[in-house]
Amino acid sequence: MVERPVWRPAAAREVLESRAQLLAFVRGFFAQRGVLEVETPVLGRCGVTDVHLDSIPAGVSAPGFSGGWLQTSPEYHMKRLLAAGSGPIYQVARVFRNGEVGRRHNPEFSMLEWYRPGFDDRQLMAEVADLVVGWLSCERPETLSYRAVMQRWAGLDPFEASEAELRARCREWMDDPQLAGLDRDGCLDLLMSFAVEPHLGRERPVFVTAYPASQASLARVSEDARGHRVAHRFELYVQGLELCNGYWELTDPVEQRRRFEADNRLRRAAGKPDMALDEAFLAALAAGLPDCAGVALGLDRLLMLRLGCGDIREVLAFPFDRA
Amino acid sequence: MASYSTNEFRSGLKVLLDGDPCVILENEFVKPGKGQAFNRVKLRNLTTNRVWERTFKSGETLEAADVVDQDMEYLYTDGEFWHFMLTDGSFEQYAADAKAVGDAIKWLKEQDVYTVTLYNGAPLSVTPPNFVELEVVDTDPGMKGDTAQGGSKPATLSTGAVVNVPLFISIGEVVKVDTRSGEYVSRVKSS
Repeated sequence: MVERPVWRPAAAREVLESRAQLLAFVRGFFAQRGVLEVETPVLGRCGVTDVHLDSIPAGVSAPGFSGGWLQTSPEYHMKRLLAAGSGPIYQVARVFRNGEVGRRHNPEFSMLEWYRPGFDDRQLMAEVADLVVGWLSCERPETLSYRAVMQRWAGLDPFEASEAELRARCREWMDDPQLAGLDRDGCLDLLMSFAVEPHLGRERPVFVTAYPASQASLARVSEDARGHRVAHRFELYVQGLELCNGYWELTDPVEQRRRFEADNRLRRAAGKPDMALDEAFLAALAAGLPDCAGVALGLDRLLMLRLGCGDIREVLAFPFDRA
Repeated sequence: MASYSTNEFRSGLKVLLDGDPCVILENEFVKPGKGQAFNRVKLRNLTTNRVWERTFKSGETLEAADVVDQDMEYLYTDGEFWHFMLTDGSFEQYAADAKAVGDAIKWLKEQDVYTVTLYNGAPLSVTPPNFVELEVVDTDPGMKGDTAQGGSKPATLSTGAVVNVPLFISIGEVVKVDTRSGEYVSRVKSS
């Protein structure tokens, strides 16, 4: 069967207009707050070590270099700008993630990422709320801990539940041989995806905070009142849709290198190739990243929410199947 | 046999699940932020025709099922098997049992062409064309001049299928039937 290529855009004219309005809204929002717009490479020398993020190789030939990766986020380059004294910055970036195709995913998408020196996670959450409420005219988000949403919708305490309890709960979706391939965080991700997420932000937007330290990624970790190690990481959900991921940023270069190396060990265990550590980024941390909070927000999803679209393809001029 | 990873799953793909051949109907990619990605997949079990919903960790693989659809001419039945022949000129014949023939038995007419789904080389199911033309072998007497009015009556076709036909249809006429709904479509003018 020969499929004829589709030349027409997937997004309607009104959607293209709404996208342009969103970009103007974002730029106005940050101009008013004195945050500088920057551009950093889409094409970088390094990819990322995250075990669940697959960078797309770029195959660049340049003097003394071949390889390169399309960036999964502008994070490392933007933190290098911060370390060089840029002050508060934002970027509307195109980012790329291999294998992510679905109703809420396109392998290339638009990400709004910004950093606020001197902010902690709470202050940045307030600013995210201003932006999202300003664009969606929705209620202001409430804040719930990862523990609270897991207890409410998955029926277990993500910090206290035993491995056996966790797996028993996961059997609603997977059988034992499949679950053998999931570690504790994998099981939590399964429950988050299928038991919890669909309920989040239905009545009003909700920030989920205080993730288990094992899911800290690039966020600082501290101890909560119960003695659990929690990450200063937040995600915003609106109508069951995950909109952003933010951190009170880790600035410790030694800890950062340790996490990168731990990532690579997990990659090896998962049968994925090691990724080279971004030494320029680590050097910037060593030189001194100012205390800051940062967040990455999916603009295509923000557009989906404004327009009531159930599929990301409706808000992209050319989703990947017709790109 | 080849296998497929979740990121190759698309509707129409034939895979083995719990030892049964299945066709993928839908594949939904789900991924929490920086976490593990999953695929929520809807499949139809081709043996039982039941629809299953299963969750996979992205990157999991399923073995490909050796399932192919072939055009075949229906030849005859010996009471136990229904015999079909490939239309590709090879004259190769296949015998389908009652389970494989299933509901298609109502629409089997000698020399008509059907889609026979083969699993590991043996007939798994038989799908009739969307429309078949069959002779009426029994119905109440026709009522002339009642062509415009509604109203219908049951008619038994040459295959034994019973469909509702308009009142003006009489024994010996050929009618066109939609096999998906089992409904009468039109009268076929005899040539």
